[in-house]
Amino acid sequence: MTTNTPTETAKDAVKNAAGLPSSVTTADIGKPDNRLSIEKSDPGRRGIAFKNLLSAKQSGGSASGGKATDEVPAGFARKTAPKLPELSELDVVRHYTRLSKMAFSVDANFYPLGSCTMKYNPRINEEAAALEGFSGLHPLAHDKSSQGTLEMLYDLEKRLCALCGMAAFTLQPAAGAHSEFTGLLIAKAYFEKLGDSARTEIICPDSAHGTNPATAAMLGFTPVNIKSGPDGRVDPADLKVHLSDKTAVLMLTIPNTLGIFESRIEEIADMAHKAGALVYMDGANFNALIGLVKPGDLGVDIMHINTHKTFSTPHGGGGPGAGGIGVKNRLEEFLPVPRVLKSGGAYTTDYNHPHSIGKVKAFFGNVGVLTRAYAYLLMHSKKELAGIAENAILNANYMKSRLQAVYPAHSKEYCMHECVLTPPDELTAKGLKTLDVAKRLLDYGFHAPTIYFPLIVHEAIMIEPTETESKETMDSFVETMLAIKNEGASTPQLLKDAPHTMPVKRLDEVQAARQPNLRW
Amino acid sequence: MFIPTTQKDQEEMLKTIGASSIKELLKQVPAKYLYPAFDLPETSLDEQQTARHMKNLAAANTPALSFLGAGAYERYIPAAVKALISRGEYLTAYTPYQAEASQGILQTIYEYQSSVCALYAMDCANASMYDGASAFGEAVRAAVRVTGKKKVLCQETLNPQYLKTLKTYFANSKDYQFVTIPQKDGLMDTDKLSAMLDSDTACVAFQTPNFFGLMEDAHKISQTAHAAGALVVAAADPASLGLFSPPGEYGADFAVGEGQALGLPLSYGGPYLGIFACKKEYVRQMPGRIAGMTKDKDGKRGFVLTLQAREQHIRRDKAASNICSNEALCALSATIYLALLGPEGLKELGLANAGAAAFAARKLASVKGAALKFKGSFFNEFVLNVSCDAARLREKVLAKERIDIGLPLKDLYPALGPGALLVCATETKTEEDILRLEKALRENI
Amino acid sequence: MPKQEEVKYTKTHEWIFVQGQEATVGLSDHAQHEMGDIVFVELPKPAQAVEKEKPCAVVESVKSAFDIYAPVSGQISALNEEAAKEPALINQSPMDKAWLFKITLSNPDQVKDLMDWNAYQDFVKQATH
Repeated sequence: MTTNTPTETAKDAVKNAAGLPSSVTTADIGKPDNRLSIEKSDPGRRGIAFKNLLSAKQSGGSASGGKATDEVPAGFARKTAPKLPELSELDVVRHYTRLSKMAFSVDANFYPLGSCTMKYNPRINEEAAALEGFSGLHPLAHDKSSQGTLEMLYDLEKRLCALCGMAAFTLQPAAGAHSEFTGLLIAKAYFEKLGDSARTEIICPDSAHGTNPATAAMLGFTPVNIKSGPDGRVDPADLKVHLSDKTAVLMLTIPNTLGIFESRIEEIADMAHKAGALVYMDGANFNALIGLVKPGDLGVDIMHINTHKTFSTPHGGGGPGAGGIGVKNRLEEFLPVPRVLKSGGAYTTDYNHPHSIGKVKAFFGNVGVLTRAYAYLLMHSKKELAGIAENAILNANYMKSRLQAVYPAHSKEYCMHECVLTPPDELTAKGLKTLDVAKRLLDYGFHAPTIYFPLIVHEAIMIEPTETESKETMDSFVETMLAIKNEGASTPQLLKDAPHTMPVKRLDEVQAARQPNLRW
Repeated sequence: MFIPTTQKDQEEMLKTIGASSIKELLKQVPAKYLYPAFDLPETSLDEQQTARHMKNLAAANTPALSFLGAGAYERYIPAAVKALISRGEYLTAYTPYQAEASQGILQTIYEYQSSVCALYAMDCANASMYDGASAFGEAVRAAVRVTGKKKVLCQETLNPQYLKTLKTYFANSKDYQFVTIPQKDGLMDTDKLSAMLDSDTACVAFQTPNFFGLMEDAHKISQTAHAAGALVVAAADPASLGLFSPPGEYGADFAVGEGQALGLPLSYGGPYLGIFACKKEYVRQMPGRIAGMTKDKDGKRGFVLTLQAREQHIRRDKAASNICSNEALCALSATIYLALLGPEGLKELGLANAGAAAFAARKLASVKGAALKFKGSFFNEFVLNVSCDAARLREKVLAKERIDIGLPLKDLYPALGPGALLVCATETKTEEDILRLEKALRENI
Repeated sequence: MPKQEEVKYTKTHEWIFVQGQEATVGLSDHAQHEMGDIVFVELPKPAQAVEKEKPCAVVESVKSAFDIYAPVSGQISALNEEAAKEPALINQSPMDKAWLFKITLSNPDQVKDLMDWNAYQDFVKQATH
């Protein structure tokens, strides 16, 4: 038998009086407002109106040819109005301002998310992309009306070619995974043109991002996994076993997801090339190489960049990013269309590439994002670009060296731009996991590092500080990590129950997956 | 500027590391690869110079009074949308991997999914795809996966950009068959559709309004496809859905759309927003991120990323899609845009578009040498047939009047002849704008 | 349904209980325990032909997905829709209510290669050390 406590009854009364929908539980009442926009809706409210209403009737006369009427024909009209909120502009502004305060961000928090390169996003980038001349330009505008954007794209491609040691670049892909997709399609087209239809395998190390095998499979290739050696690098002996005349592409992340450079890359790339395969570099970790190393020199045939990692464009809560694929000479003819050409000081878009793979999205690419990346590049000389990688590497090694006495590092070597640690025995002995450390970090105002990735490291904690963080911030993070270890050793429950200071406690992900509630 | 580390910091940090120099930290990189020659500028611009340079480039784009549509539409973007999405908390967050520290982002994704479901009258939606074309490609992939069949029927009047993207989404592979359903008077010939459907057909994939701006008889197409056992993948312009039947009302299995229409700038083609929705039986066929509502351990409402075991970071090569980054901030724009409009505003937006286009069509068709090409109903764009070469007319009017009269269709649809021109008028076009276009055509045809 | 001792086990943690020409297959108690809360099951298709040691179903927890491999070759003869509807059953009753599917054996000899309860116990012990 259950009876409501007096407080619960009172809450029910409040709920009924407020006419709240049944999805609002009594536990929500009396706490800070966590209603959905639709639950704030009040029929009759409006946030914006459109008063410029023309009509066919106003035009007078009749059309030659077909009919021109703004009346929706019978059978075509919407039957039921969509269930969207009815709110005033202030309601909307207040709702989304409040929600924004319940989110960690680079602007407000240290965000050492490994493999994600959460560096500072300069504000000038935003101002540049918002310029009406850029943001108002229609993608099918005449080339003569688009000279500014085309010049920017042309120069951006040229600079990326120089940075990466590639012959040509396309900026059409919208993100990293979308770039991988584009890159492997190019490889596919290349082998098809050679008449080599037997190359159906893509080799990826077990430390690879999930997108690598997923992309290979999406394009009908068979992903082949190779095991990382004890130092986290590709083991040439194991690679040899898997390379064959079926291998289309060897996909490598350089440095890899352990933050380690493939020191034997020359030998590895050579082996792949001798087997007739192409070498693809996942550029997710290019922040470690920018201005220091040209991937083209390493024997890489195809590579991608992520502007939202290396080139300071914001992550926007999950996107939009922008990608790009650089290729060596012999692959240029397969790039998506349109290409941007320059002749006699004028820029044009060119669709005439019979061997092109086609299009991976409509129009050009995420040009609004690329505009930000271009502004960032303008602000960096050759030497300053190298400074990005140098400082990213310095910071990662600094954090690693300060933390590894307590949080054992996966690798004893110096790392590149990120390092992978594991939880100390003092914590695991108490039944504490990486997840508990991550959740406790939130209480201190730090976003957690990437956790449980790469998959090959048990309980991985992957830290990437980026070059834009100060020693002071990193020291504070390090001291917090050390304090958390002490907390966990003495009061494990404190970590198991963390976070304590966020708008919600740990969430029931099992219920979320078993009984999905995905919409109002 | 962006790197806070001073010389002194650097020395202290190296000392802590126990390294003599940054160079020493790089010893795992073979020396021959380090610091090569780069063909890049020796100098950089400061912020002010960068601002000026970017302004100059933006000014080199010479804006015209534009009547271009064809998949990207000039829209009025409410000031509140721009202000809210500029907040650093939204702009500089990442995918909400730590749910407790990202409740705001997760709730906006939940609200986005809900708004899309409401707008499209579908059961569920994901957190976004790259754009309408890639969402279309993924939806057709899902239909092929569900049915295990390899034949896809596409309308002839599908946006050519979508068709190209669709083919790459099937790896340009010859294992799949893409068959074109011919058009008649600008609309899908549903008699031919009936005849073409067979037991090998995975789905009928179409858009409405179609590339010519005409409203397809979606109910009839959907019924015909379902009667033959095929699935229906429909791409619908979200701005049209305040007036016209949403995909859920005609039983579409998968519904997609180009969300740029919902408060996003044109920006020469991106970032846009791929809307992806489906019936609930296909929820696990959705690619990409999905947010769900749940409770925390105190029973309080909260949000998480859910159904993650479908995705690439867990399933790897067995994932339905490789998508990782999506267009979250664009989805937020759309969510805020729809919250500002509400159901009434959405209808008004539809009327403003349909009204402007109908007004323009009447005006332009009254010009000597110009006539409407098709008889069907349209939303905010239509094909005008001019008695001269439309591409040349466009160049001429652009140069003389700074008006972009629309997209000539000769290259994309040679059968329409040299005079076919796709003209679009959204809510941004005033009576005066349209009269300027009319005058320009009158004087230049 | 059978006791743990009456069934055979695979190295991929399926159990199989053979009665005549038909075998019932499920996920071992050890495996469900390792996976944690199971949130989703994707069963084979009705009458699907399955091949020994080839994946034919999937179980998911919140952050992982596990393939279920057919312990023997044959054809699917029954599916446990209850388990698909309520995946929590696999955690609660992996050997009984939450059997996953039944196979009509095409090669009954294949059962001989599988581990008995003791061998599986040893296998699990070894794998976790």
